[in-house]
Amino acid sequence: MNSVLSVNNIHKVYHTTKAEIEAIKDITFNVNQGDFIAIVGPSGCGKSTLLSILNGQENVTSGKIDYHHKTIGYMLQDDALFDWLTVLDNCLIGLKIKKQLTKENKEYVLNLLDKYGLKDFINSYPRNLSGGMRKRVALIRTLATKPDILLMDEPFSALDFQSRLKISNDVYQILKEENKTLILVTHDISEAVTLCEKVLVLSKRPSTIKNIYSIFYSQKTLPSSKRTALEFNDYYQQIWRDIDHE
Amino acid sequence: MSKEHKEYLKALKKHKIKIYFWQIIIFIIVIISWQVLTDLKVLDSFIISSPKNIINTIASLYNSNNLFIHIGTTLYETLISFIISMLIGIVVATILWYSPFLAKVVEPYLTILNSLPKVALGPIILIWFGASTTSIIIMAILISSIVLIINIYNGFINIDNNKIKLVKTFSNSKITLYRFLILPSNIPNIISNLKICISMSLIGIIMGEFLVSKKGIGYLIMYGSQVFNLDLVMSGVVLLCIVATALYYLVYYIEKRYEKTTH
Repeated sequence: MNSVLSVNNIHKVYHTTKAEIEAIKDITFNVNQGDFIAIVGPSGCGKSTLLSILNGQENVTSGKIDYHHKTIGYMLQDDALFDWLTVLDNCLIGLKIKKQLTKENKEYVLNLLDKYGLKDFINSYPRNLSGGMRKRVALIRTLATKPDILLMDEPFSALDFQSRLKISNDVYQILKEENKTLILVTHDISEAVTLCEKVLVLSKRPSTIKNIYSIFYSQKTLPSSKRTALEFNDYYQQIWRDIDHE
Repeated sequence: MSKEHKEYLKALKKHKIKIYFWQIIIFIIVIISWQVLTDLKVLDSFIISSPKNIINTIASLYNSNNLFIHIGTTLYETLISFIISMLIGIVVATILWYSPFLAKVVEPYLTILNSLPKVALGPIILIWFGASTTSIIIMAILISSIVLIINIYNGFINIDNNKIKLVKTFSNSKITLYRFLILPSNIPNIISNLKICISMSLIGIIMGEFLVSKKGIGYLIMYGSQVFNLDLVMSGVVLLCIVATALYYLVYYIEKRYEKTTH
């Protein structure tokens, strides 16, 4: 397997007027091409901070991240669609900003929109879309710049349960088909063990890796179907115990 | 369309017409009562004028070719100060957004300038720029631009953090952030500030014309009050209402046009 991201002993300290906060301490892990990795942990443990660091939006205090010349795409908790732009323009915004709006890239985006059921909505505005459709637009916007690794920060948390199951399936299929690598931050253990093949459990602050689980299902199915698999409950309980003991 | 929906739309239309009807009725009642009461000498037309006198005064202004000179002067000055104020508002707000340090430094000065009654600066402006149209326009700019700077700047800094994060995932350049997010997401805010700006500019121009002018609607009102010609004063007020409404609808039209392009 090709390594696409190596995180080596990273450490993050915040300074506020009142105190010095140690958010992350000695985190090390490796991500290979095509991996689907979930990061879970207690509330406020620094999961999103870790993702911001991986995305380059925050610096580490010490340690090193090696991107192996791979590019990163980031999908936020909020779909952050621009209300004043059409679906197509929202999907093209990253390409425009990065000055990569070529005919081929636009064609690629149009294909994605077509493939994932948004063709008829390219000239619609985000306000006319359902929650699930908005998420798909946000995902296509992220995929438009053809990143090698996708970082997702609780991307489905704002959705109702049914939509969450559906969009998890959609995202899973899209990312598998596009052969992407995924790092997902979530507070939802069931989402982590159904969507990803590896789960990193973080401890409470200062965050360290408490456990790493390799997730394997005897039948390869969509995330929503994995919830009824025998293995699901075992993984869920083990990870829940890890987090609960924090 | 179902029968119920048709009836709902019909009821909605009926309600709207009812509102317009009563708005017009109130206007007609006020005008007729005013005229009748002044004709019956219950009210003194010398003190409060009358609709007939106002129409005659406006007609005589028209016949002496002065009507459009006064309206045109006020409109010209208002539009000039409106455009300059908007430019100042957007440019200064952009600079303050770009430099949070500078924004912190100038914050108390903006607060002082905003709370200061700008009319107090009138005599200073007159001394510095002379008794001219320039002074009137500067007065209006002073009145409208400070509020605009504050309002537009507040719009610039109150952008959804997730959207900022999103743009930063594509580029860390502040200019890119401004171009793709800050400015376009603030167009509705800027347009709603156009309404404030146009009315503030008009207030500033009328105040300026009160202080120093030889033409304009403010001049008509001030001159009328000095010679105790209440017909002229009231005609000035009526003209001002018409100009203010026209300017408001001009901005309203721009707003609607923008909404149409984004819906």
